[in-house]
Amino acid sequence: MAVDANSSFFQWVIYIIQNYWPLFLRGAEVTLIISLTGTIIGFGIGILIGIIRTIPIDNNTHILKRAIYKVVNVLLLIYIEVFRGTPMTVQAMVIFYGVAMVWGIHLTTFVAGIFIVSINTGAYMAEIVRGGIISIDKGQFEAAHAIGMTHSQTMAFIVLPQAIRNILPALSNEFVINIKDTSVLNVIGVTELFFQSKSAAGNNYRYFEVFLITCLVYLVMTFTVTRILRYWEKRLEGPEVYTIHGSQTVPEAEIKIVGRKG
Amino acid sequence: MENIIEIRHLQKYFGENEVLKDINFSVNKGEVVCIIGSSGSGKSTLLRCLNLLEQPTRGEILYHGQNILEHDMSNAVYRAKMGMVFQQFNLFNNLSVLENCTVGQIKVLKRSAAEAKKTAMEYLELVGMSGFIDARPHQISGGQKQRVAIARALSMEPEALLFDEPTSALDPEMVGEVLKVMKGLAGSGLTMLIVTHEMGFARDVAHRVVFMDGGVIAEEDTPDVIFNNPKNERTRIFLKRILDS
Repeated sequence: MAVDANSSFFQWVIYIIQNYWPLFLRGAEVTLIISLTGTIIGFGIGILIGIIRTIPIDNNTHILKRAIYKVVNVLLLIYIEVFRGTPMTVQAMVIFYGVAMVWGIHLTTFVAGIFIVSINTGAYMAEIVRGGIISIDKGQFEAAHAIGMTHSQTMAFIVLPQAIRNILPALSNEFVINIKDTSVLNVIGVTELFFQSKSAAGNNYRYFEVFLITCLVYLVMTFTVTRILRYWEKRLEGPEVYTIHGSQTVPEAEIKIVGRKG
Repeated sequence: MENIIEIRHLQKYFGENEVLKDINFSVNKGEVVCIIGSSGSGKSTLLRCLNLLEQPTRGEILYHGQNILEHDMSNAVYRAKMGMVFQQFNLFNNLSVLENCTVGQIKVLKRSAAEAKKTAMEYLELVGMSGFIDARPHQISGGQKQRVAIARALSMEPEALLFDEPTSALDPEMVGEVLKVMKGLAGSGLTMLIVTHEMGFARDVAHRVVFMDGGVIAEEDTPDVIFNNPKNERTRIFLKRILDS
């Protein structure tokens, strides 16, 4: 189908879909891969930091151990504050051009994208995981200690399985946010969906038509992911009451879901 | 009689607040000791100190003559030998009834899964919960949870079992089933230390009753003396208040 300046809106939409669908598809693929990998790695970072930040330290702990813990804790807090307190667009610029300049490492835009999304998600997940851990009833820790479990055994077999189950809704929230926020990676030239749309739009000077399609593609992705994750959550047995601590938009949020039987 | 635990000059502060003041007391093998007293008298804290869930501020806890507060022995090893049953049951919510009774055996005592299951089944049978091994904690009643918690503690084959108000969080109609299990255990020669408000149970089952008041042991004697002929005025007032209500 040929189009010109006099073609109607729908003719343009059809034309763009017909001619540019591989571009949209590739963009969507890159978006999904980066956001999925970033969410998983970020979750890993979050769990690790959440575990470290909830290690019990009291006056009976050896002084050297206490000092090391304090230093590590301060470093982790700086990491969390810096990455939660600055826009991901800016982080992308600083990291991508920074590592090239300072260390001479030239990351591909794709690797840089995954790296940025991962550490950004990690900063948010760290606090979510910590919230998940401290929301577990003290009695669970005490009962585990009372049968002779060490702190690490208690975490591995009793507390973390419960905490992770309770933060799954927050995790899927992060995933959806990441699908949308990878669009900012276009500033360093990652060929995700937004970047591809921009070139399609620029080639034809048709911004409204192209971005309306882009909009739909994003919506299909986030909607599908949300459904899949909700199904997965439902399949995992949960307690009647659980609390979700924080989200990227409202970090201090606490949502109590009451009346859900496992 | 062989003494398992001996406490010497035990003190516990919560901040400025002295909750336990110079406690001296011992438990012999096979003995059933009930600790009674009004809330805030320090009885739960004493029990929790015995299991190191609270770190005593001063004093000694001798386990077979060895001071466990001096790190001759790891806390985990000692705790595995002191079973604990909590007021709020504290069953592991992510595990089934059976797994609740095997996880400690496998991870702490390093038993094989088959061996752990065999032991767990034995004790679940004893408390009448062997039919519920696949249930999750949120699917069973309070009395059932507490019986599973007792089986979980017994599965570790501890030297003594500590009970922290085991029936206080239960609906009245479920108190009986738990007390019945505990009575059976007392008859089997298990060493038990029980913080309780169930005076009838203490009178029937205990070999010795300890009355605590204001962070000290005000009186300890046989149930017969404590309940019928207390020597301490405070014991008399406490029991009068309890039994009249």
